[in-house]
Amino acid sequence: MNLTLKIWRQKDSKSKGQMVDYKVTDISEHMSFLEMMDVLNEQLVNTGEEPVAFDHDCREGICGMCSMYINGEAHGPDRGVTTCQLHMRMFKDGDTITIEPFRAAAFPVIKDLVVDRTSFERIQQAGGYISVNTSGNTQDANSIPISKHAADEAMDAATCIGCGACVATCKNSSAMLFVGAKVSQYALLPQGQIEAADRVRNMVAQMDLEGFGNCTNTGACEIECPKGISLENIARMNRELMKANL
Amino acid sequence: MALDSKIPHGPIKDKWTDYKNHINLVNPANKRHIDIIVVGTGLAGGSAAATLAELGYNVKAFAYQDSPRRAHSIAAQGGINAAKNYQGDGDSTYRLFYDTVKGGDYRSREANVYRLAEVSANIIDQCVAQGVPFARDYGGLLDNRSFGGVLVSRTFYAKGQTGQQLLLGAYSAMNRQIARGKIEMFNRHEMLDVVKVDGKARGIIARNLITGEIERHSAHAVVIASGGYGNVYFLSTNAMGSNATAAWKIHKKGAYFANPCYTQIHPTCIPRSGDYQSKLTLMSESLRNDGRIWVPKNIEDAKAIQKREIKPTDIAEENRDYFLERRYPAFGNLVPRDVASRAAKERCDAGFGVNATGEAVFLDFATAITRYGKTQAKIHNIENASDAKIYELGQAIVEEKYGNLFQMYEKIVDENPYETPMMIYPATHYTMGGIWVDYNLMTSVDGLYCIGEANFSEHGANRLGASALMQGLADGYFVLPYTIGDYLSNEIRTGKIPTNTPEFDEAEKEVTDRINFFINNNGEYSVDYYHKKLGNIMWEKCGMSRNEQGLKEAMVEIKALREDFWKNVKVPGSANEMNPELEKAGRVADFLELGELFAKDALDRNESCGGHFREESVELEGEQKGEAKRNDTDYAYVAAWEYTGEPADAVLHKEILEFKDIELKQRSYK
Repeated sequence: MNLTLKIWRQKDSKSKGQMVDYKVTDISEHMSFLEMMDVLNEQLVNTGEEPVAFDHDCREGICGMCSMYINGEAHGPDRGVTTCQLHMRMFKDGDTITIEPFRAAAFPVIKDLVVDRTSFERIQQAGGYISVNTSGNTQDANSIPISKHAADEAMDAATCIGCGACVATCKNSSAMLFVGAKVSQYALLPQGQIEAADRVRNMVAQMDLEGFGNCTNTGACEIECPKGISLENIARMNRELMKANL
Repeated sequence: MALDSKIPHGPIKDKWTDYKNHINLVNPANKRHIDIIVVGTGLAGGSAAATLAELGYNVKAFAYQDSPRRAHSIAAQGGINAAKNYQGDGDSTYRLFYDTVKGGDYRSREANVYRLAEVSANIIDQCVAQGVPFARDYGGLLDNRSFGGVLVSRTFYAKGQTGQQLLLGAYSAMNRQIARGKIEMFNRHEMLDVVKVDGKARGIIARNLITGEIERHSAHAVVIASGGYGNVYFLSTNAMGSNATAAWKIHKKGAYFANPCYTQIHPTCIPRSGDYQSKLTLMSESLRNDGRIWVPKNIEDAKAIQKREIKPTDIAEENRDYFLERRYPAFGNLVPRDVASRAAKERCDAGFGVNATGEAVFLDFATAITRYGKTQAKIHNIENASDAKIYELGQAIVEEKYGNLFQMYEKIVDENPYETPMMIYPATHYTMGGIWVDYNLMTSVDGLYCIGEANFSEHGANRLGASALMQGLADGYFVLPYTIGDYLSNEIRTGKIPTNTPEFDEAEKEVTDRINFFINNNGEYSVDYYHKKLGNIMWEKCGMSRNEQGLKEAMVEIKALREDFWKNVKVPGSANEMNPELEKAGRVADFLELGELFAKDALDRNESCGGHFREESVELEGEQKGEAKRNDTDYAYVAAWEYTGEPADAVLHKEILEFKDIELKQRSYK
């Protein structure tokens, strides 16, 4: 395949960015999208230009690093995948592909396609944990049975990879799917109950402080989420918050 | 310097308890005057940072990612072992110890492995308390499954994302300490050197990967938890950024590097599809619980499959060769990784491979789906269920167990593994070699510790499934926090370590000189060009199958490639900005040295061991004819290499392995 790429280039957080056109040739349909980007970068290095900076690491769909906005969609046109799992068979010979960084005030651009997602870190630090000592002197793991249903549901929420697609795709740049997932995981488990009220209050407060918008139930986040995290988690977070504030 | 493993005296079952009872402790009030640097925040580093902070030490943690949550531990799929014996199938601390030592081909240190088995049960308790959503059965109790190389079900799991959940557990424990100010977190930072003062590790030089700024950080002790070096092969299951730099830098500053030639070849990876490939993707070994591995019995069928003239489902049962079940009836598809990998390669080398390149075997779920379907039909009282109904019911069970893995496979290969068998092939995965450490997890440099995959201690020549997560968390949560305290009890009067000293000046200068070299070199070839060439030499000559001549050639070729790299490498951009090419250049420069030491170590070890088949060392007679031949008389040692300037000139120190509690014997899985 031969393709035209329109890519956002931005030297650093202070510089102004712009879209730049590139051509890539001989792209195999079996390549992943990031392997196609590798081909472009190799080409740029060989011609003495600076390669496009983009975040990526595990290339197995689990680290949550590859944060590209492709043809107007977080992680591109395929459903339920990260960018590293997106394959070139989703595109056609001659296509023009637009590639931008995730856009949200709380995700400032660091360089090219790389954005700063440490706002997510601060939200987790505000309460995304259970206050247990890591000494190993805890009670036997089977001493509190957890129903299979609750464990499975908690697991589904815990599957969030923190990639930020939900934020990038939301017209309000809301982080409620991300926060809702963590709140839900602990809300569903007996171990998380003790601190549940403080947790949800603190995490939601930090989320607002970081400049993320509110949820207006459009549901784009659920559609674009590579891990299929459901909107139900936002509802649960709202219920938990209401309960905490009563 | 002589190697002292500092293994405590006494019976193996009491060693760790006695040790803990007799070490020196640091008064809680003094802990806040002591700083510890932790490099790497995956399972080992993350759990260590959280626990050390909780004990009261000031922790500075460093990660090259934007968040500890992205460490490659996150990609571990299958599970974590623990000798809980919840299933009542005969598991015990001793049995886990025994399986691990045997699985490692008797090349690990008994005392360390026993301690690992001992604390394993605690890990599960700890993680459950942290809210890790392990799989549960319908009674609400924890579920288990089985993994390669063992005959009990001791593996705890969270769907196919166990590593992710355990890492998020450690990450949440870290977050709690970051919020309290006990951990100072340095994201997007890379350690580029260690600083020694009076022979002790006292700090590091790190680069801020956003601004390019070179920073000095001091501490009373330094812990390296930077993971493995599998990317020396270019193609591996490691994340793209996984590198050897921290470990290699401390090796150059005096930490011995042990058993570099031991890398695990994982049997169940998605096969390579083309030259553009950037990495390999693992399919969890847990799939072998239900998947059956086969190739066609007849070479004509294999050829037809390779050309896509027939489908795998066209081949009748009697024309399939379930080679693991045939060769190893006792363990069948659940033989350890090295045995499964070698057996697959043997069939492919003989021409029976099943994809276009001839480098793949089938992993087939049809039997399991039917079996589960029949059980489900009974449970749901469906009489005379049609084959289609049985398949549908069975598929739902398989989907519940392995759904995300099947989805991942389908995305990459574009084939539905519920309908057609998966294709798999061995690939480089986890490195068993690493920095030499004593029982305290201290390297051969005072105050410098190494934990998790970055050290060498527990896995011997081969790692059993679900044991890496166990080691990472054991080291970080339960072992290092004790052992490091014993060392730090002598540091309470030291006071803050200054960074404006000649030792820091010198280390910083080395780092900046090297960066400036890369930026100014204006060579001809990209960093990846060299990395791919190195990977090719490593796979061809230092891979699953090795011989003396090939290893000697590899050493010469790697040295020549390294010399060319330092003349002709091209790194665009500048040093004072985010520059991923510059990061890669530094890492590949280290791989180009490590690769040569790797080959040298493999050359020294003239025995087949773990995943490595030394062509000169093969069983010629008896039941094990054709299998790998270990040589305990000459090679029952840890090879700990001392750096002296060039990898080829490294000096070998041997830690003779003593097996007092386990009898060294032929490994048989037949």
